Amino acid sequence: MSEIKTNDTNVLRLTDITMQFGGVVAINNLSLEVNQGEIVALIGPNGAGKTTAFNCITGVYEPTNGAVYFHGKPIAVNHPQGKMKKTYGGINGDKYVSQKPVVYTPDKITYMGIARTFQNIRLFKSQTAFENVLIATHLRCKSNFLTASFRLNMKEERAMRKKAMDLLEIVGLANEANELATSLPYGKQRRLEIARALATDPSLLLLDEPAAGMNPQETDELGEFIVDIKNRFNLTVFMIEHHMNLVMDISDRIYVLDFGKQIAEGTPDEIQKNPVVIAAYLGVDEE
Amino acid sequence: MKKNKNLRLILSLAAIAAIYAGAWAIEQVNGSKSMVVTVMQKGAVYALIAVSMNLLNGFTGLFSLGQAGFMLVGAYSYAILTIPMAKRAAVYQYYDGGVVQFTIGLIPALLVAGIVAALFAALIGLPVLRLKGDYLAIATLGFAEIIRAFIQWDAIGPLTNGSNLLKTYPTLKTAMPGNTVLFTFIIVGICIGLILLLINSTYGRAFKAIRDDEIAAEAMGINLFKHKQMAFIISSFFAGIGGALLAMYQGTLQANGFKSAMTYEILLIVVIGGMGSVSGSVIASFLFIACSEWWLRFLDAETMLGDFKVPLLAPGFRMVAFSVVIMVVVLFFRKGIMGDKELWELGSRRAKGGRSIK
Repeated sequence: MSEIKTNDTNVLRLTDITMQFGGVVAINNLSLEVNQGEIVALIGPNGAGKTTAFNCITGVYEPTNGAVYFHGKPIAVNHPQGKMKKTYGGINGDKYVSQKPVVYTPDKITYMGIARTFQNIRLFKSQTAFENVLIATHLRCKSNFLTASFRLNMKEERAMRKKAMDLLEIVGLANEANELATSLPYGKQRRLEIARALATDPSLLLLDEPAAGMNPQETDELGEFIVDIKNRFNLTVFMIEHHMNLVMDISDRIYVLDFGKQIAEGTPDEIQKNPVVIAAYLGVDEE
Repeated sequence: MKKNKNLRLILSLAAIAAIYAGAWAIEQVNGSKSMVVTVMQKGAVYALIAVSMNLLNGFTGLFSLGQAGFMLVGAYSYAILTIPMAKRAAVYQYYDGGVVQFTIGLIPALLVAGIVAALFAALIGLPVLRLKGDYLAIATLGFAEIIRAFIQWDAIGPLTNGSNLLKTYPTLKTAMPGNTVLFTFIIVGICIGLILLLINSTYGRAFKAIRDDEIAAEAMGINLFKHKQMAFIISSFFAGIGGALLAMYQGTLQANGFKSAMTYEILLIVVIGGMGSVSGSVIASFLFIACSEWWLRFLDAETMLGDFKVPLLAPGFRMVAFSVVIMVVVLFFRKGIMGDKELWELGSRRAKGGRSIK
């Protein structure tokens, strides 16, 4: 399994990812695949390691062991090194020793085409909704600081502003463009975060609990919205979510994580019937 | 909409022209030695330095205290390059006339002052910008002190004249007799204008994103180190020019004058003016200089009202009064005079980002 399969439909691929903090193994040997055009959900009880998995993909954390491939290209490869060699609590610790460790910072990974939203909303507080989206177009800008300062990039600047405004319209926030981002209602802030992520021109969108704090109606709308932008921008979506209605409605496949380990994988129907998953969520019946 | 914009442009240009004409007229009427002219000269120089510091502390969110060090580098670069050949032997009397045996013009020297300060910033930034928050402040403060000690080092005396005075370089009074204020205002105006252009460009927006949320900024593809380094270098470039102007204002130059207390003065101006407001920094700088050089001078003089000696008024009391002002500002006006708004944004409620694509 350790050979890299360069599969065209394989957008994201995690192999044997283990993330250990000190003595705590937050993710234990997680392997998963997300294919082109899919909506894949990662679910699991609180503290299962879902957000940690996202952070390993986006370069916030360097995984202790394992590899992450994006469109077949390794974006994070590591094996236990230094002190971690002795304290390593996962498995497959020697599988990646022969491979050269690969590390990219989050901004490089975003540049390659993985955009994300955050579980606890992280908008730019002092900026308007419009500016929040506009900032995210910065990474594709070609002008340097001199041409930008002397306004020699007017054409590009106009294109950036138009793109930001178009995105706000798509997510339905055109009327709030000049409102401070933090003054928007919660649901709109979530949409704004998605618009901001889309402004980086991603091919893979990672959504970290997009429906957190939303009521059932808002959640339904969000589900339609995610499917809509997925089709419109030809995206692949990988999301963490706790609202099971949303997950079952829109995901093509689901991975279930518990205590850092993958306990199940399958279509929504399979997951709903899977006794292991039910046990993890509801507790085991001890009769 | 468009017409409105043009009108605003014309009005602001007219306002700027009026300020410059007024400044010029005040000097013509009061003469170059008057207190108001001194305040205008020093206030303008401090305004530039405060704005450069605001670019770093207020707009990029990097709490740096190295400004005095970069000013010092700029001031020395300027002075060393402009001391007339004929006077070098006298200035560098302990170092056989020094090693620099050429001079360049005033404006090129100001530019070089900025560039040398920027080079220092590029080097210092490499290790220092990996730090965050208070640690960054301590490290930059330390580097500023190191620069000051280094410049006074005897071994590089032929270049910097060690701990001796640098003098006879062109000053405001000798280079621009009668037009000192206008000259200072023009140089400072251009520099602040450039900083404003940068702040409102896509790079300025990236700086503000880093200030608001580093993690989100990085996740949006903004290379933190590259942009922090850029802000640090540009800020130091203008601090260097500011330092050179300060040298011109002072008339003589000694490294000992650029202590960390100077950085705190500028930080105070930035905080009073409002972190993240260019116009706030400018206003606060003139207020601060006017108070410290002029309006609050009486606090330092022992005063008799008839036979009654006014208590507390003694040399040094001015600084006590300043400390109280700082405390009041920090406690009750945490956002400073302007907050993060600009003077020209005050009228419209939703001014921020008001000009979209329309």
